[in-house]
Amino acid sequence: MAKKKKKMPGLNTSSTADISFMLLIFFLVTTSMDTDTGLARRLPQPPDKEQEDAQIDVKERNVLNVKINSNGRMWCSDGTGSGELDIKLLRNRAKDFIQNPNDLSSLPEKAAVEIDLLGQCYITKNHVISVQTDRGTPYDVYFQVQNELVAAYNELRNDLSKAKFGRPYDALNNEQQVAVRAYYPQKISEAEPKNYGGTN
Amino acid sequence: MAGFKKKESREMPEMNTSSLPDLIFTILFFFMIVTTMREVTLQVKLTVPQGTELEKLEKKSAVSYIYVGPPTDALRAQMGSSTRIQLNDRYAEPREVMDFVAQERQGMANQAEQVISIKADSKTQMGIITDIKEVLRKSWALRINYSATRRQ
Repeated sequence: MAKKKKKMPGLNTSSTADISFMLLIFFLVTTSMDTDTGLARRLPQPPDKEQEDAQIDVKERNVLNVKINSNGRMWCSDGTGSGELDIKLLRNRAKDFIQNPNDLSSLPEKAAVEIDLLGQCYITKNHVISVQTDRGTPYDVYFQVQNELVAAYNELRNDLSKAKFGRPYDALNNEQQVAVRAYYPQKISEAEPKNYGGTN
Repeated sequence: MAGFKKKESREMPEMNTSSLPDLIFTILFFFMIVTTMREVTLQVKLTVPQGTELEKLEKKSAVSYIYVGPPTDALRAQMGSSTRIQLNDRYAEPREVMDFVAQERQGMANQAEQVISIKADSKTQMGIITDIKEVLRKSWALRINYSATRRQ
């Protein structure tokens, strides 16, 4: 009786949706959409002999020394004084140091520099922030110090961008960003670690 | 209007679901493409530090990861609890980082954009990080990234 039907019955595809749903859920679960974030830094080039000779020539007033010992305590010294510093205060200390707003003789010297878009600027182009760690320094403290220093630069750049171009740094075009970066060049040097104040 | 004539039929017509699989397939393909399955199993325990000035790591193909931390609980019995470096699927010494960097660099389309992401446990001591940094400097992998999560 059933043989009368000559037509092939259509394949029942109602479960295709279920199958693909299951695949979908599998990929949904295994997907890691979160992009990795981190603090971007740039290492100095490997040292060569000529560079080592040239390194000595940095004036004392141009250097902000940040030392972190193996207990994670931080000392900070520049022309205005030295002593232990709480990490929360580091950002403002660094900002003062980079800017030298009152042109003090104890903070980095300023020099006139010609920058595209900004014209003649009077900036502390030779300042250096030197971070020194011990082999026993906790990575977390080191990271927070780096974070605060980068934050200081970012805040200064943002302020300048708003004052000159009326927009935050991120919203500037490429040329403007280059100009702002030239005004506040990021100079965080990392000295070789020394073994002071603590065991390994 | 034609639509008003058939007022007698009260039944709702069944919705045509024949395009539903296609729809789901589209979403499926989207997820298949964006998925990046983690290719290494972590052999070190790590909680990265938290920061505020973070940048996103774009161009995942140019990123190589170095994991630093104490061995996981399962491996602690054999390996001890001192901080280790993990490259790909095994533990390594700091000097082996140089080979690792060179090897990773070879497989990259744009070698100048190579970024090394250091995923280190926040309790790590700086000594091992400094060793890694020195080796990275020597192998001219200068763009690094301290992996961290955003502080709320």
